[in-house]
Amino acid sequence: MDNLIDIKGVSHAYQTAAGPLPVLDGLNMAVPEGEFCAVVGPSGCGKSTLTRLVAGLMKPDTGEVWLHGELVKSPRKTVGMAFQNPVLLEWRTILQNVILPLEIVAPSMPKAQKEARAHELLDLVGLNGFANKRPSELSGGMRQRASLCRSIVHKPDVLIMDEPFGALDAFTREDLWQTMRDLRAQEPFTAVLITHDLRESVFLGDQVIVMSGRPAHAQYTLKVDLPADRTIESLYTPEATEMLHILREQIQIAQGRAPEVH
Amino acid sequence: MLRKIAVPTIAILIFLGLWELLVYVNGWPNYKMASPSDLPPAYGRYSHLFIEMGWQTLWRTVAGLLLAVLVGTFIGMLMGFSQIMRDALYPLLVGFNAIPKATLVPVISLIFIGAHDFNTILMAFMISFFPIAVSVGIGLSTLEPEYRDILRSLGASKVTIFLKIALPKTLPEFFGALKVSVTLAFIGTNLVEIISPHQRGLGALFKSGETNGDYPLMFAVLIALAVLGILLYYAVVLLEKIFAGWAERPAS
Repeated sequence: MDNLIDIKGVSHAYQTAAGPLPVLDGLNMAVPEGEFCAVVGPSGCGKSTLTRLVAGLMKPDTGEVWLHGELVKSPRKTVGMAFQNPVLLEWRTILQNVILPLEIVAPSMPKAQKEARAHELLDLVGLNGFANKRPSELSGGMRQRASLCRSIVHKPDVLIMDEPFGALDAFTREDLWQTMRDLRAQEPFTAVLITHDLRESVFLGDQVIVMSGRPAHAQYTLKVDLPADRTIESLYTPEATEMLHILREQIQIAQGRAPEVH
Repeated sequence: MLRKIAVPTIAILIFLGLWELLVYVNGWPNYKMASPSDLPPAYGRYSHLFIEMGWQTLWRTVAGLLLAVLVGTFIGMLMGFSQIMRDALYPLLVGFNAIPKATLVPVISLIFIGAHDFNTILMAFMISFFPIAVSVGIGLSTLEPEYRDILRSLGASKVTIFLKIALPKTLPEFFGALKVSVTLAFIGTNLVEIISPHQRGLGALFKSGETNGDYPLMFAVLIALAVLGILLYYAVVLLEKIFAGWAERPAS
């Protein structure tokens, strides 16, 4: 299988008043087509920078980002993004919000077709009765579901998510993990998920990459050996527990602390 | 709906009643303070002047306001999109806004001698564009980067991002500023009409009332100005409901 995302030796520094602040240092990672890659790491280790690089929103100082065998130099229409803040447009209904990317990517598509596509996704995430509501009328979890629909409505090759479930309560978050899993079963896409939640990374990821402290490189890669149709219950199996232990240890190393013995 | 009209109407009637009472209790003569009951005769006697001059004041105020919207939005966009423009323009704008506009009336009257309509519109504009420029500038510069990123990552152009996101998102701030600007624009128009009267506008009517010692007429002009201000204000509220009604949270 080909790698859909190939990040080769990427280093980047931000120019601040106090001088250059290096965030990424020789980052290498590869995500095969169709795979779900979760990225965890200490706070401020450049995870968000990574999403902006893959989306083509910025260029690295050195190194290369390849998508589908093409060097990323600018934004591409084949990317979908979701953030911790659902950033729904308050003046549009949920349906119109989900349609937004199609207006940019496929302006000539008939309106009925755009709406049919949006309805299909809203159905999948259980928001069908809310298509004509405004974002302010929805709960945080529902808004995030709508945001996920919007990020994949144009069938992107790559879905880039920057802590999309970070602001939700624990139960809502687990609901959305399962929604995400079901979406993947219906809509094949390659995903990069930035998260602070190790259970989330194991539940959703095919591989979990642990980033080191700033300036970051890929410190550790974990292959998640759980079945594709995993449930929340799968997180309580000995295999999952072992993986969570390993990840926790790696995070502590990334934070520059001695790992606790377990 | 009935309550929405009844409550302010009753409030106005109470206000007029208190005013009448104040004048009556103190036994003030007309040349000290006119009472509401003096106003209908004044309107009756000069009704054609009120209509003619009220219209002059209104259209020049609206013209000045439209100019303020165009220029204010443009300056706001410059400041919203560019840190350099923000740094460069803020002190200039604040300084300009701090100048009492009355002092500018003779200045512009001398620059554009005789161009009374133009001078009046210019003053209405100068006094009212500041809130619009600042609010549009703040609205655009505080746009969360994620809003831009969701469209930018799809390769949308700057113009598309502005039209689809930045512009609608700034509308509530814009209308908030416009409500302030409406009343300011009336002050601008009347400044010129009173200080440099050319027999046009309610300000000139006020001035002639003063010259002739017709105090009920002066008060009648003040009330007419208040009524015009209220009308224009609610016109803005109506526009706000149409274009930015989404920003209003449903009452809980």
